[in-house]
Amino acid sequence: LNFCSWEERRVRANDRDYNEKFQYASNCIMTSKYNIITFLPVNLFEQFQEVANTYFLFLLILQLIPQISSLSWFTTIVPLVLVLSITAVKDATDDYFRHKSDNQVNNRQSQVLIGGILQKEKWMNVRVGDIIKLENNQFVAADLLLLSSSEPHGLCYIETAELDGETNMKVRQSLSVTSELGDPNNLAQFDGEVVCEPPNNKLDRFCGTLYWKDCKYPLSNQNMLLRGCVLRNTESCYGLVIFAGPDTKLMQNSGRTKFKRTSIDRLMNTLVLWIFGFLVCMGVILAIGNAVWEKEVGALFQSFLPWDPPVDNFLFSAFLSFWSYVIILNTVVPISLYVSVEVIRLGHSYFINWDRRMFCSRSNTAAEARTTTLNEELGQVEYIFSDKTGTLTQNIMTFNKCSINGHTYGEEQHMRVQALDFSAWNPLAARDFCFYDQSLLDAVMEGEPAVHEFFRVLSLCHTVMSEEKSEGELLYKAQSPDEGALVTAARNFGFVFRSRTPGTVTTQELGKAVTYTLLAILDFNNIRKRMSVIVRNPEGRIRLYCKGADTVLFERLHSCNHELMNVTSDHLNEYAGDGLRTLAVAYRDLSEEQWEEWSEHFRGADKATDCRDDRLAAAYEEIEQDMMLLGATAIEDKLQEGVPETIAILSLANIKIWVLTGDKQETAVNIGYSCKMLTDDMTEIFIVNGHTVQSVREELRDGGKEAEAPPPSLLESISGEFALIISGHSLAHALEADMEREFLETACACRAVICCRVTPLQKALVVELVKRHKKAVTLAIGDGANDVSMIKTAHIGVGISGQEGIQAVLASDYSFSQFRFLQRLLLVHGRWSYLRMCRFLCYFFYKNFAFTMVHFWFGFFCGFSAQTVYDQYFITLYNIVYTSLPVLAMGIFDQDVPEQRSLEYPKLYEPGQLNLLFNKREFFICIAQGIYTSVVLFFIPYGVLSHATQSNGVPLADYQTFAVTTATALVIVVSVQIALDTGYWTAINHFFIWGSLGTYFTILFAMHSSILFNIFPKQFHFLGSAHNTLGQPVVWLTIALATVICIAPVLAFRFLKLDLKPQLSDTVRHTQLVLQKKRKPGGRAGRGVGGAGGSRRSGYAFAHQEGFGELITSGKNMRLSSLALATFASRHSSSWIDTLRRKKHANSPGDRLLKIQLCHHRNKLHFKIY
Amino acid sequence: MFVALHSDLSSFGFFSIVYFIYEIEVHTVSLSFLSEDIRMKNEGEASEQPDNTAFTQQQLPAWQPILSAGIVIPGFLIIGLAFLGIGIGLFLTSQTIQVLEMDYTGVEKDSPCFQCTMQSVQNCTCEVTFSLSALFTGPVFFYYGLSNYFQNFRKYGVSKDYYQLTGDTQYFKSPRDVCFPYSHDSKNNPIVPCGAIANSMFNDTFELYQIINGTKKKVPLDGKGISWWTDFNIKYRNPSSVNGSFASAFDGTVKPINWPKAAYELDLTDPNNNGFLNQDFLVWMRRAALPQFRKLYRRITEGDYAGGLPAGNYSLTVHYNYPVLSFDGRKKLVFSNVSWMGGKNDFLGIAYLVVGSLCVVMSVVMLIVYAKFKFSDDDDA
Repeated sequence: LNFCSWEERRVRANDRDYNEKFQYASNCIMTSKYNIITFLPVNLFEQFQEVANTYFLFLLILQLIPQISSLSWFTTIVPLVLVLSITAVKDATDDYFRHKSDNQVNNRQSQVLIGGILQKEKWMNVRVGDIIKLENNQFVAADLLLLSSSEPHGLCYIETAELDGETNMKVRQSLSVTSELGDPNNLAQFDGEVVCEPPNNKLDRFCGTLYWKDCKYPLSNQNMLLRGCVLRNTESCYGLVIFAGPDTKLMQNSGRTKFKRTSIDRLMNTLVLWIFGFLVCMGVILAIGNAVWEKEVGALFQSFLPWDPPVDNFLFSAFLSFWSYVIILNTVVPISLYVSVEVIRLGHSYFINWDRRMFCSRSNTAAEARTTTLNEELGQVEYIFSDKTGTLTQNIMTFNKCSINGHTYGEEQHMRVQALDFSAWNPLAARDFCFYDQSLLDAVMEGEPAVHEFFRVLSLCHTVMSEEKSEGELLYKAQSPDEGALVTAARNFGFVFRSRTPGTVTTQELGKAVTYTLLAILDFNNIRKRMSVIVRNPEGRIRLYCKGADTVLFERLHSCNHELMNVTSDHLNEYAGDGLRTLAVAYRDLSEEQWEEWSEHFRGADKATDCRDDRLAAAYEEIEQDMMLLGATAIEDKLQEGVPETIAILSLANIKIWVLTGDKQETAVNIGYSCKMLTDDMTEIFIVNGHTVQSVREELRDGGKEAEAPPPSLLESISGEFALIISGHSLAHALEADMEREFLETACACRAVICCRVTPLQKALVVELVKRHKKAVTLAIGDGANDVSMIKTAHIGVGISGQEGIQAVLASDYSFSQFRFLQRLLLVHGRWSYLRMCRFLCYFFYKNFAFTMVHFWFGFFCGFSAQTVYDQYFITLYNIVYTSLPVLAMGIFDQDVPEQRSLEYPKLYEPGQLNLLFNKREFFICIAQGIYTSVVLFFIPYGVLSHATQSNGVPLADYQTFAVTTATALVIVVSVQIALDTGYWTAINHFFIWGSLGTYFTILFAMHSSILFNIFPKQFHFLGSAHNTLGQPVVWLTIALATVICIAPVLAFRFLKLDLKPQLSDTVRHTQLVLQKKRKPGGRAGRGVGGAGGSRRSGYAFAHQEGFGELITSGKNMRLSSLALATFASRHSSSWIDTLRRKKHANSPGDRLLKIQLCHHRNKLHFKIY
Repeated sequence: MFVALHSDLSSFGFFSIVYFIYEIEVHTVSLSFLSEDIRMKNEGEASEQPDNTAFTQQQLPAWQPILSAGIVIPGFLIIGLAFLGIGIGLFLTSQTIQVLEMDYTGVEKDSPCFQCTMQSVQNCTCEVTFSLSALFTGPVFFYYGLSNYFQNFRKYGVSKDYYQLTGDTQYFKSPRDVCFPYSHDSKNNPIVPCGAIANSMFNDTFELYQIINGTKKKVPLDGKGISWWTDFNIKYRNPSSVNGSFASAFDGTVKPINWPKAAYELDLTDPNNNGFLNQDFLVWMRRAALPQFRKLYRRITEGDYAGGLPAGNYSLTVHYNYPVLSFDGRKKLVFSNVSWMGGKNDFLGIAYLVVGSLCVVMSVVMLIVYAKFKFSDDDDA
């Protein structure tokens, strides 16, 4: 307890008055940000923290100064209000749903013990210090100290999927003193006081002390039930509320997620800054012009236009003119840019959500874009970091093949044979078990002893718990899916494991119930790589059954097994070649004396206080000798559908895939082979497995040298030849500051990188490393809580909404249920998003420069007086009405090539990675085009109109005619330009483009009509201009001329570029659209990566944690009914937990990097595959 | 160039948009989440499968234009030829238009109006003569032109009171601030019409005579309808007469500082051509876009001159009132006739010819490039 903070929390049970004094948070949670009254001020405050919004507010204030105001106030306020209100509506909607879900959660019912009686209370009314009752399958309402439970020894089971993403159950135990309290009456009298640490976000740690009846009882996380957990397999339990509402670990953990920005975002911000700079430059140039003009001309022109008394000086006039021009030219940074970008991204997100090809019907989940801000970055991914279990694999183990006594079974499954029907002769068979080889079943029927013994091992040697709800309806709870698969296989072949007590195992062997006496469980651990049980059968014969890694087991066989061992070894190689996980199975007969002698020895070791583990290991070692080999099992770690294909396509798209897994090296390598990341054609696979800094460095250097032997320019093409496999402890060294570059270079030169046995923190560090040094977009994909850190670190986090809970999904930016959807997400949605966003931005900057820069040129002809070229209504509406929708439609709907082509030609993805479509160069091209257009738009009307007259002799060079002509030409030019940019004309595009033009003319004529003028004579002084101007053929000839001069060069340039330097997408599009008959598959080289690898790969996959053996033999987890028969050893109460904890500490790699994160994930270490 | 025509586009497009909005509303709901409640979602067990519509699956029928040689090269050619055709037409038309331009500022010592540039001379009149060798076909338009004159200066442009000009007598008493410094005179009387534009109204007047055998024959100048129809009929309104006297409507106000006469006295010959509806005033108030501009002064459409100005000698009497030399301005007189496309405009014709020929050249260049680097369909890029 020494590391507890001094700031402590005191909670006294059943004493609300006492607890009230501390003013602890109530159990009411509030994730919403606003209420009705605070919404407006708070939301506005938040919005004005955005630089852009503040900038426009500043402009608005400038406009209110009459000397500066060159535009009416509404030209800025209308767009600003529009933008603010769109954002506010979005925020309000979000908050409304937050309110709703808050209410729902807060109003859940719970049973609170008040005055000795259980009363229904809403969750939000639960107070710290209350005792509440939980029932099976209920959510835990607050962080509770478990007081008592309906189960023996105050045990209760919880599922923590909501909390850390693990679906397997965890055990919690109350203190023995409180577990005796039992019923509500006693609990109502309970007045213990808990002194504990203040609220924090550490899910796996709790330290506190219970003071009760003058005694001190230390409390740990093992006694806590955290909010968000679900009570399972426990009828009911009572808990004392320690932390409530916002203080709970769940809420403390749900901190704001890091705000991710896309590279386009960052580029956009840089560009906007540049544009500001540009704006200031323009302002300065025009202000200088104004100073010169005022001095040279204006001063003399005073007879007609005197200087304002406050101005009265050309320098001051220039100063004011600067600000006036800043106001006029502000449209180069249009306020609608950010809103439009958001709208487009939102649209893209919906397309992801709506995509039926990313919908998994089995789990009934559609893909979900959980953030709407990252879409275009999906088109730029260069590195994918993938979890293995549950992401590449389904985390479903199936018993696939076996070798028994030198005979291999299960071959036929390649052919489409009907799966065996077990239910006919075995009523206890599991329904979903599939096996295709009839000969194995025949062998069982014929009573072949080796086969029987083989399955007997599988039915006895494990730590699975069974649950039989009704007769014959067995449910196995295995702590690793491998073990479940083996026991289920035995069950279907007639050796049904039915139940166990601490001292017995009851099976049903071919219909006959047999009860074995369980003498010992020689538990699994990572070093032993095997587990054994010693049982006495009803006849009294004692036998040791063992299963474990072939490498370990083969060393401990009796010498007479030599021949069988060779045959089995061949089979094992074969299985490994198919990517299966293998285990060898053996037994040993023990005589009564041998057993007695050993058990004596074992007890001595078990009771030892020092080096207990070593002595136990030695004892185990002693008995696991001279075993007789029975055979081997092969379990398929089922890959998810389409994984190899997806990986192949993604690597063709030049995306590097790194697998980061907590699994062991062998398993990881196996999966690497089965999903074709590793192939036997590879020149070399570097394995970095060193435990010291020096060895890791050497191994890396060796690899690096070889991989970098070809000149760097060829590196890309050659890199396919190498693969790097690095283990967690080596990675710890490789990630140190002085070696990380070396590691990165070696790793990046390899086509495949597999990091195994990595901790969640290391996953994040690897991602961070690549992110920092490669300037590449990274994507992390995973499904479990151990992937959360990586998902949060990467530019884009993808969560697989699979079986491992939802923690990863909650932390992710995108989620779907199948790894293979990744190709669609990146190559189709990502690519399109990127393309659309780039086209959108190019056009957007173009149209605003074309629009705004006209004022600049006009400045030289109007005495730099900040006179606008256009009508102020036109300025107000240009960005929000006349030109916004066509470009939005393009930004949302545009497609260059059909979706199936982007999957067929993964190379189409490359422009995104190289950032070719929108970068500084492209930006300057757009700007240049915009400025060119503005020059044309000003000087063509200037040239034409300055001497033109109407056909009735009235000159056309009046200001209003000029304004209408230029504005109309501008709208037409940018509309033609967007028509040219739009590559995919849906009805919506048609509607928006034609509609915008129509709207322009409608509004133009409406605002220049006498009706509006009569209503607002002061506002609409362009009365009649539209009629007068647009009725003139000269004006239309001018507009046509300007349009052709603006567009023809662009058209010619694009055509020539298409001819001389076609992009792949152009070619594909061309092929698709023009030469459909000649379509050819192309671009898929290397797709059919074939042939199973033949290299020997040990496939030990005994993927569970030690400690359960002890739990079983101690009887701790047995229900009372079964315990009644058992001889319950009176061991000190929590020894198995202690052992577990001790081992856990011993196992955790001792490097400093891990320690920080380990505590976070220690719970996971209990049972998860490591 | 591509031109698209979709007969049913508007109805379909509109439907899609409505649908789009509807979808957004529906799906915002499913976007909401809170960690504890995500599993609640499954209780419904209704299929979450997205709708299979062309819109949601991004498979809307679409026209996918491509810049193929078959469209672009002929397109350029057609546009080029069309522009050349229009250009030739414009140029030839422009050539038929006669323009006569005379600077009468009087900068040079030998120019007829030189003496009027002296500050001391009041009510100066000068005579500009010119001769026509051929008939100047009618109708002839008579313009005055100013250069280096910034009617488009922002502060100049706003310096008027729209309410005054719509005849709202309320604003006669208190002109708007934007008129400053021409809102009140030195005795703080409100000026009507206020503001710099009105104050600076061009006030040179001209009389045109044909000299036939040494005698001056006055050429009638028609000043009706030289302003915009909308300006005269809708935009500008005179205040209604008070007690039958139009001038009384202006009681309590003073004329603009530079004006010799009040607004209601602008045209003593025609009572309907006074106040804010005076044609010259309306023409002046429609400010020019550029610092060099022409404004219509009169039309020559009457009497002997309806068919134009016959060949011969002419004399223009200029009542030189308007000072421009202080800011290096110039004053011009322009006679011009018009065609269907308005006045003389060489720029437009030449620009069309240049652009047209460039387009034709471009189409040839593109054809050559296309033939040389043929867009090969078996290009594997």
